[in-house]
Amino acid sequence: MNLLTIAWKSVRQRRLASSLTALSIALGVMLMVLVLVISGAVDSAFTQRSIGYDLIVGPKGSDLQLVLSAVYRMQPPIENLPYLYLDQLRKDRRVISAVPLAFGDVTEEGSFPIIGTTTEYFENEYMPGQAFKIRGSRINGLFDTIIGSEVARKNRWDIGSQFTIVHGGAESGHVHDEKFSVVAVLAPTGTANDRTVFLNLDGFYAIAGHGKPVIEVEKRLRDFYASDPERLALALGQLEAAKKQEAEEASHDHGHDHGHAHVTPDAMKEVTAILVKTRPSREYPKDSMDIVFDLKKGFQAMAVNPVVPIQRLVNGMLGNIQKALVVLTGMIILVSGISIFVSIYNSMADRRREIGIMRALGARRMHVFGIILAESAVLCIGGGLIGWLVGHSLAIAASPWVIQQTGLLINPWSLNVWEAVLFPVLVVLAALVGFLPAMTAYRTNVADALSS
Amino acid sequence: MSLLLERIRKSYREPGGRRLPVLGIERFEMTQGEQVALLGASGGGKTTLLNIISGILTPDSGRVVIDGRDIAVMQEVVRDHYRAAKIGIVFQTFNLLPAFSALENVLLGMSFSGKGVDKAFAKQLLERVGLGHRLNHSPQKLSVGEQQRVAVARSLANKPVLLLADEPTANVDPANQQLILDLIRDTCRDHKVSLLMVTHSLEVAGTFSRIEKLSEFNRPELCQQEQTV
Repeated sequence: MNLLTIAWKSVRQRRLASSLTALSIALGVMLMVLVLVISGAVDSAFTQRSIGYDLIVGPKGSDLQLVLSAVYRMQPPIENLPYLYLDQLRKDRRVISAVPLAFGDVTEEGSFPIIGTTTEYFENEYMPGQAFKIRGSRINGLFDTIIGSEVARKNRWDIGSQFTIVHGGAESGHVHDEKFSVVAVLAPTGTANDRTVFLNLDGFYAIAGHGKPVIEVEKRLRDFYASDPERLALALGQLEAAKKQEAEEASHDHGHDHGHAHVTPDAMKEVTAILVKTRPSREYPKDSMDIVFDLKKGFQAMAVNPVVPIQRLVNGMLGNIQKALVVLTGMIILVSGISIFVSIYNSMADRRREIGIMRALGARRMHVFGIILAESAVLCIGGGLIGWLVGHSLAIAASPWVIQQTGLLINPWSLNVWEAVLFPVLVVLAALVGFLPAMTAYRTNVADALSS
Repeated sequence: MSLLLERIRKSYREPGGRRLPVLGIERFEMTQGEQVALLGASGGGKTTLLNIISGILTPDSGRVVIDGRDIAVMQEVVRDHYRAAKIGIVFQTFNLLPAFSALENVLLGMSFSGKGVDKAFAKQLLERVGLGHRLNHSPQKLSVGEQQRVAVARSLANKPVLLLADEPTANVDPANQQLILDLIRDTCRDHKVSLLMVTHSLEVAGTFSRIEKLSEFNRPELCQQEQTV
């Protein structure tokens, strides 16, 4: 019979006290696991792992606003970039994919953001190793849309549903005349895509009121390419051609109804942000940084690594909350540890005779010391293990509800670095709280204990 | 020879600092397999003597030789191990651990000897004391007589050379007294274990071929004489 078995017998004998003390440890560990799982989900929703792009390119301004608007759709866009710049980026040998986003409108029902983009958006992975799963058909018509899972759930929309959108945000109140149709629904991704309505980019430009006056476009092009006369000349040339075409169309009577949409010339188009994938960082580690530096030198655009401003935000705010919660649950575990100490220490007076008997049977001082430490370890580690399992089981049970309520994709079995140190910490805690009672057992006078 | 006590002196320090002499034994010995009844009045030093023989206490001076080795000079760790391996103890109050079943109490006796746990032998011992059918019963579910029988089985678990029994029938009902007594003596005889049994009962002592009165060979005053010298 080894010391652990003897300790276990003793724990079982004091079932109620042992259960209560182990339960207090289990509760502490369970709370810590839940805090870590939830904060891990929040953290992963705001880090590189949740974004399948290396850079976000947008107009100069706040890098955080650009990322929050383009990736998380939480902020209004800064301004727009000329569509011609997208072509320029696509020709850059360092860029393997540049996906335009045009946004600013929301659905009339539910105020979900509308994003005009290309099919490339759905061909790329939305996060490393994660491809979009789409139910339905491809976008063919100008006003066909693909909707995120949350949009479908909350608005009770499905393939074939029709809806209208509000120009420039819900507060503007201006509802566009166009009717949009749902042709496909995205499977849940745990990202902002779940809460987004995707529209063909050409369809976005075709919405009445989205086109800008030529004079305003020209002014923007001049501002944007102010430091690059060659490109400015090229852009203005294209704009001139667009102007001529517009004038021709205005003077020409089509002889039919003008209800159909015209194709907008590239020089007149604008995009709100461009999602960029650069060449694999393993072979070309400097590509992303080079593009960031290149853009800093000129133009009115900036390129932002989406991780940097978000991590700054997460570490600055959520990081401290996570630390505070972990410290709080750590304190709960510590208090539980103290309750184990009190429980074992109080039982020592009753167990003095037991210890005397074991010593009389030949147990050495270190044996009885080890038995008490093992008891403490059984309660601490056993309670911790139960709490860990219950915590993760609760996370599994609650994850569908959390996803439904918040859109956060919870991975109930993801192990946090804090969890890796949890069990070594529990072993140390067991040793600390068990030490004093174990010393009492160690010092027990056998003859006195037997005669007591 | 399984036990030899030579020039044993033992005194306790009283709260005032004075020493209270308890044992002063010049020589006491037992041969292998011998059974001795030890008579003594309460407070006469019987328990102290048993504690010294078992190595729970060390004498102030003198030799305690068991199976050829003086345990009085051993380090405590070695002495604990030696006690587990060579000495069996049957207590007046049985001293079974309530968290353990009858079988586990016997196995516990084997756990500290370093010889390993022999479950088959433990079962055999319990069958020998008539408890083969109550192996998994906890002490609380056993009668007083059965508890003492478990204690006897436990004391023999490590095949000791010496069994110390401290009034083993004092708390047992009269119907079980003779049974327990016979059991201890027969088992010791079968296993060639020396038996030193402390008793108050002249009737019990009368069944032994050798009876020793502690008051006749214990002279506590020897402690004081030596201190004076």
